[in-house]
Amino acid sequence: MNTAYLTEDRPPVGAPTTAASAPRAALSSLDALESEAIHIIREVVAEFERPALLFSGGKDSVLMLHLATKAFWPAKVPFPVLHVDTGHNFPEVLEFRDRTVERLGLCLVVGSVQEFIDRGELSERADGTRNPLQTVPLLDAISRHRFDAVFGGGRRDEDKARAKERILSLRDEFGQWDPRNQRPELWNLYNGRHTVGQHVRAFPISNWTELDVWRYIEREGIELPGLYYAHEREVFRRDGMWRAVGEVSQPRDSEEVLTRTVRYRTVGDMSCTGAVESAAATAHDVVIEVAASTLTERGATRADDRISEAAMEDRKKDGYF
Amino acid sequence: MTTTDFQTATLFRFATAGSVDDGKSTLVGRLLHDSKSILADQLEAVTRTSAERGFGGSASGRGQGQQIDLALLTDGLRAEREQGITIDVAYRYFATEKRSFILADCPGHVQYTKNTVTGASTADAVVVLIDARKGVLEQTRRHLAVARLLRVPHIVAAVNKIDLVKFSEAVFRDVEEQLLRAAAELGLPDVRVVPVSALEGDNVVELSARTPWYTGPALLEVLETLPAVDELETELEAFRFPVQSVIRPQGALAPGLDPEAFRDYRGYAGQLASGVVRVGDSVTVLGSAAGTQITTSVAGIDFAGTSLPQASAPQSVVLRLSDDIDISRGDLLVETGTFAAASQDLHASLCWLSPKPLCEGAKVLIKHGSRTVQGLVRSITGRLDLASFSEGPAADLGLNDIGTVQIRLASALPVEDYERHRRTGAFLVIDPVDGNTLAAGIANSVPDGEGEPRGG
Ligand SMILES: Nc1nc2c(ncn2[C@@H]2O[C@H](COP(=O)(O)OP(=O)(O)OP(=O)(O)O)[C@@H](O)[C@H]2O)c(=O)[nH]1
Ligand SMILES: [Mg+2]
Repeated sequence: MNTAYLTEDRPPVGAPTTAASAPRAALSSLDALESEAIHIIREVVAEFERPALLFSGGKDSVLMLHLATKAFWPAKVPFPVLHVDTGHNFPEVLEFRDRTVERLGLCLVVGSVQEFIDRGELSERADGTRNPLQTVPLLDAISRHRFDAVFGGGRRDEDKARAKERILSLRDEFGQWDPRNQRPELWNLYNGRHTVGQHVRAFPISNWTELDVWRYIEREGIELPGLYYAHEREVFRRDGMWRAVGEVSQPRDSEEVLTRTVRYRTVGDMSCTGAVESAAATAHDVVIEVAASTLTERGATRADDRISEAAMEDRKKDGYF
Repeated sequence: MTTTDFQTATLFRFATAGSVDDGKSTLVGRLLHDSKSILADQLEAVTRTSAERGFGGSASGRGQGQQIDLALLTDGLRAEREQGITIDVAYRYFATEKRSFILADCPGHVQYTKNTVTGASTADAVVVLIDARKGVLEQTRRHLAVARLLRVPHIVAAVNKIDLVKFSEAVFRDVEEQLLRAAAELGLPDVRVVPVSALEGDNVVELSARTPWYTGPALLEVLETLPAVDELETELEAFRFPVQSVIRPQGALAPGLDPEAFRDYRGYAGQLASGVVRVGDSVTVLGSAAGTQITTSVAGIDFAGTSLPQASAPQSVVLRLSDDIDISRGDLLVETGTFAAASQDLHASLCWLSPKPLCEGAKVLIKHGSRTVQGLVRSITGRLDLASFSEGPAADLGLNDIGTVQIRLASALPVEDYERHRRTGAFLVIDPVDGNTLAAGIANSVPDGEGEPRGG
């Protein structure tokens, strides 16, 4: 009674195909994700006048840039990269950023949180965290450079508010996201129409999980800043995370400084990004570690997302990434 | 997390549907929970919120996860949590040994149908939830009609809250009957029906001992074994390739490449919409300039520095052609001999997603593949009645209506019958004033003797 089983006379899913001329096996999930991301990147470049790609040197932005180089080969990436610099960077990440931009022959635009603080247009938060302060310099850079589309490395598996966002996400004059009034997004037809003052955030790797990202990094041999891999570092314990000792993150008297073998799962503002103890020294080790992890990357390493239940949603509504 | 063989694991996309409160988000939470895809910090956060909201007073106390509101795993927006409903689609990811899943948890509320259509448009399967106590409701019928309109390849019906009807086979059979009747009226080809309790986990990941009369597979097993769209269609379909952009690197060559070698490089970037293409294949370019058709052959298939002997949907590649033809974004490459001609007349079904109604004479934009052209709605030829699933006359289309229209295009588009060519039969209707998406468009074949001849 359970009606037609359309599938019965078809070969089983994933059945091996032999010769190169055989019809085909379905793409592997990584290939399918790669192809989807490249299609999105090309659509945005074709339909917008001034796209830019948010590039922090973090793994998601490095991955996105790698996909962009593949999308336009043999031409070079046809847009600038934009870094919103919190001033609380890991020095090796800045070095990596500059080297990557140089290697790919790109133009780098920097929006500086420090400059806004110096001019009195932003004030330091009580907790010292600067991630939430990135919104203002971001929107300033977008309007100053008249970017009409900005690629972000946001992934839906990162957070429950991101899980709700479209691949092309319309932002109003104030950069705000209105989660209750998103445009329908049908098939792979992306509607990027916007009026003057509005812009679009494009998230080509929306459908990638942290594990997909690492498997792809391993497969493609993508270079990342060294702190994604196990290294020794002076750290102290705060909020259940290992914090690096550095200019902007000093231990309190009660916090003991130890040397540990750690790595970072996300790389953001040094004052709020924690490290995890890990011996994973290669992308392959990280794949195994992530597959076995019992915590999400943000849960494990981001103090800024612990501020409230809806921290990410609130920041996004205000124009955050 | 389960060990998945990533070299071979394929991607399967499914969306939930069904009337408000029938248990879609709870089911999704249950699937994620029981397939061990919830990480400790997520579970902790949801447990905390559930307790704060006084969830967990439920009687039977059976099974793990009983004390948490599983819907909170996907209902992540503040407004959703306050109202206890889903407003917009949440995308979640999980993997089993067989597959990687992209799961779209859609809203049931009629007001948010546009979001449900969004979630269903890319789905390989729709899981329609039905409250066993309520049976098939108008909103269930609407979602079934949407699934039919979008030609979602598989419908899985989950008769939910079976715990609230004492696991009664008679109730299940009654709902199953209602459902299969509705599916038959719509001509939905492939429907499976599973009795579940999303709240308590019966037949979701594991078969339940409390429904001994049910002999089919658990829901997850069904989802693991259905073929995905690309697996189903690509082998059968002819090659279609909407050109996204022309790649001519002169002056802007990627660093490290030899300028001599790429001096005259010209390639066409795009994603195969269907079929397979091999080097040497004869292809026809359907140009955006009125009615042009030029035949050439594929000289090379490039992807990021690698030359491929062939490519298949949905791969993104760059094609080089043997002849120097004027091709630009918006043109469609097809396997020679498989396409009649582009047309300026569009016969289509629309799922209207805007509160602004559609009236005859309206000027709209039509986005198809990589092209957008103006269109004039010449006539609205009918509207689907959800109670009877038959089409009645209509003067306009309002929010959530499904209807048929005839549109005259400012220039010809290579639109195909959606029934046979999902990718090249789909289009968007866009408001030329504010740029919003007004409708999902599905091209219908022109009945014989009607409309203008498609030859060109
Ligand atoms: N007893 C019982 N209750 C259930 C079951 N599934 C869901 N519920 C309850 O039904 C209510 C609605 O569940 P949701 O999962 O939010 O429903 P939904 O279909 O996602 O609702 P919308 O997304 O707003 O359309 C909640 O109170 C659930 O706990 C079930 O199998 N048995
Ligand atoms: Mg829901």
